[in-house]
Amino acid sequence: MTVLHDLIFDYTLRNVALGSMLLGIISGVLGSYAMLRRQGLLGDTLAHAALPGICVAFMLTGSRATIVLLLGAGIAGWLGTMLLLHTVRETKLSEDTMLGVVLSVFFGVGVLLLTMLQHWENANQAGLDRYLFGQAAALVAADVRLFAILGAVALLVVALFAKEFKLLAFDPAFAGSLGWPVRGFDVLLTSLLIIAVVIGLQTVGVVLMAAMVIGPGAAARQWTDRLHVMLPLAGVFGGAAGVIGAVISVQAARLPTGPMIILSLTAIVVASLLLAPRHGLVPEAIRRRGHHARLVAPSLSRGDPA
Amino acid sequence: MTPSMVILLTGVLCAVACSLLGTFLILRRMAMMTDAISHAILPGLVAGYVIAGGSNLLVGAAGAAGAAMLTVTLVEALRRTGRLDGGASIGIVFPAMFALGTVLVTRYFAGVHLDTDAILYGNIEFAFFERLYLGGHDLGPQSLWVMGGLVAGNLTFLLLFFKELKLTSFDAGLAAAMGFSPLVLHYTLMLVLSFTTVGAFTAVGAILVVALVIVAAATAYLLTERLIAMVAGSAAIGAGSAISGYWLAIRIDGSVAGAIVTMTGVCFGLALLFSPSSGLVSRARQHRQNRRRFTLDLLIAHLGSRERSGQPGSGATAAQLGAALRWPASQVRSTVARGIAEGMLTQAERGVRLSPTGRAAVDGMRRT
Amino acid sequence: MTATLAPTPTAPLAAAVSRPDERAAAVAVRGLTVAYRDTPVLWNIDLDIPAGTLTAIIGPNGAGKSTLLKALLGLVPVAAGTAEILGGSLAARRRRIGYVPQRGSVDWQFPTNALDVVTMGTYGRLGWIRRPGRAERARARQSLEQVGLADFADRQISQLSGGQQQRVFLARALAQDADLYIMDEPFAGVDAQTERAIIDLLQTLRNQGKTVVCVHHDLETAPAYFDWLVLLNVRAIAAGPFASTFTADHLRATYGGALTLLRHRVGSGALS
Repeated sequence: MTVLHDLIFDYTLRNVALGSMLLGIISGVLGSYAMLRRQGLLGDTLAHAALPGICVAFMLTGSRATIVLLLGAGIAGWLGTMLLLHTVRETKLSEDTMLGVVLSVFFGVGVLLLTMLQHWENANQAGLDRYLFGQAAALVAADVRLFAILGAVALLVVALFAKEFKLLAFDPAFAGSLGWPVRGFDVLLTSLLIIAVVIGLQTVGVVLMAAMVIGPGAAARQWTDRLHVMLPLAGVFGGAAGVIGAVISVQAARLPTGPMIILSLTAIVVASLLLAPRHGLVPEAIRRRGHHARLVAPSLSRGDPA
Repeated sequence: MTPSMVILLTGVLCAVACSLLGTFLILRRMAMMTDAISHAILPGLVAGYVIAGGSNLLVGAAGAAGAAMLTVTLVEALRRTGRLDGGASIGIVFPAMFALGTVLVTRYFAGVHLDTDAILYGNIEFAFFERLYLGGHDLGPQSLWVMGGLVAGNLTFLLLFFKELKLTSFDAGLAAAMGFSPLVLHYTLMLVLSFTTVGAFTAVGAILVVALVIVAAATAYLLTERLIAMVAGSAAIGAGSAISGYWLAIRIDGSVAGAIVTMTGVCFGLALLFSPSSGLVSRARQHRQNRRRFTLDLLIAHLGSRERSGQPGSGATAAQLGAALRWPASQVRSTVARGIAEGMLTQAERGVRLSPTGRAAVDGMRRT
Repeated sequence: MTATLAPTPTAPLAAAVSRPDERAAAVAVRGLTVAYRDTPVLWNIDLDIPAGTLTAIIGPNGAGKSTLLKALLGLVPVAAGTAEILGGSLAARRRRIGYVPQRGSVDWQFPTNALDVVTMGTYGRLGWIRRPGRAERARARQSLEQVGLADFADRQISQLSGGQQQRVFLARALAQDADLYIMDEPFAGVDAQTERAIIDLLQTLRNQGKTVVCVHHDLETAPAYFDWLVLLNVRAIAAGPFASTFTADHLRATYGGALTLLRHRVGSGALS
């Protein structure tokens, strides 16, 4: 009960848990679309590509306000994605290669800018590098409010365009034949994913963001065959991983929140892959055994040598 | 050797060792596997640290290679369940490994050598001070031995298995039919990659390793299609980026690793824009030329079918052409002008008609 | 031997045939040229497909058959020329088109069931943001029934056989309640029984006065299935009533020298 008490009354834990939960919900829902469109690792690339944007935003404004830095991150992530898509369309380089190129080059430029800032006089960049590993413990009420607003906008758009996004993810050619602006919806969906990623930077950091995008959807998919169930379920799994990770990390000294969130999420994914009634590996093995018994047993009972 | 010579040489050797492998990784669409491995070795490094009771190069490398192999196997196993595609499998496995490693580091080794900044940035700046001792003798900077060994090892690997790598990278099915096991080669390549990653990791950090492995090779791929040229080219681009990157880092007082990667990015950007064969600029120019040729072909084909359908002689006005082809007036004007300049069209009483050359061209088009 | 038609491939085809009922063209294409990157995939196509026909588009691989369908639907950029649908512009006629893409173009592992996929056929009429309601689902059920899959409405789409998946796509097009159906290889990879069921359905649609345009591969079955033919190989080689257009000369012009096997078959009467 103390955990529950702390969740409600402990200022720090409440903010951390709320922020992590919001991140889990948003990235779970939007990541599901990315996963279904086989763009799971786009989240990874977006997260890394955001770093130079954070640095440039700080250099230009001198401000360390979350909204300013996240705006920079979003713009850089957006540029990286457009470069990726354009290059894959126009050259022989594969999507896999370009994911790696954009990820590592943008990040390298970011590291260079970050170290330059460290050496600048009068410019204390402290606080920027928390975007690398995330610092959920440093989330304050204002951050949580910002996450809530961004998340509400993103989820509202998803709710409004549920039918459009579903068709876009399943059969874009058919959507185009209806006269829908497929490219426009594509950009909209990617922009929403960027919102999820920039929220995640501050909480779990660049490296772990890939799992926040892919994990909840991958887990939810095992429990259901319907998109309108999968999306909220992915939100629940992501949110639960956020809260569980936050709670575990305050149980002992020096347990970093971001990695604990990811490990909680990984546990959910593994449990889902193994145990989900519909697609889990264990129920499937049991079913197969049953089939086997039904197929083999009667012939044995008849004493059939075959 | 001065400290800056050591840093420079370490950077060059590191970039060469990494980019030698990159060609085969991008041809096999395994760029993001490199990303996964470079992160996933962290718990292996920690385990090596615990087993050896301190920082030990060989034990650490063994632990990291074990973690890398575990990652490759787990990704493959997840993919084979049929529940997740390759990308999603990678995205589940490596963050879990990295998270595990981070927890271990912060919980048990806070403040010791394995600090988290080094994971992301590397510490090539201290290359001179990390010496290799054997029996009390100072053999010089450890990084030079490690990176030199990696370059030699990777070169040997390529020389021994070049034929097999070439075959399995282009056509895994054919290779299997000819008796080369793509799976064995796959795991061997992953093992070599993981050793390279461990070695490079200490110099440039987890994420920037990815750049050294992939970006130089992707740049070379934009410039050539020949496999040998790609391998040699990516090594050269890697070395050039290391040298210019070090210069850049000194100039603007920033991270050496970050600057080296920035320079590989600059090389990639230049190749992407200006490569004669597949650069965006030459493609756009080619595109424009083709489009011009194409619209002129359309125009003379249209004039040809007008003649055949019995409207010869007097020619077609720009307005008629625009209406028939549904082209804007400007496109009709410029295409007609080009057709006259190329001798395909001649002026008629009203508008233009086909010249004998143009008519021959139309007949040629109809025959093909 | 089959009768030889005029060899000029670009003769005004629709006008050359005498069809008892002079109906308006369902598809009227003029000077259509489509380029992928730098090579023309479709070159200067003039084409009329009369309303009320069951039309096959036939040609070798890379002839631009799918591209022609996509150009009609506005899915690929057009370098030159125009296409009119049902006597009007594409934008004005979209609601009256049903589309069946290639079955292999989507991921059948997608988390959805047969009824839901068929309901997507009603999205065009619904417009944006509005969600499908009871009327739309009833329409979808009815379409599923028409293709004989009423019992499979709740089945996850990956649990359907290839033939059933193809019929789900067909039902989705039926739910669009269109006047012109554009289908990309509706018979690819389906069993004989499904093929029979599909062609029965298409002929029923035609008999109701709808127009059906299919990309088709099988030269053996084509004469029995279709009543109008478009032979395509980057250019429109020939088009017209099936029997008079499906000639050895036209097929040779379409498939070039690569069709020695077919010439042999024509000679032996397999195409009669």
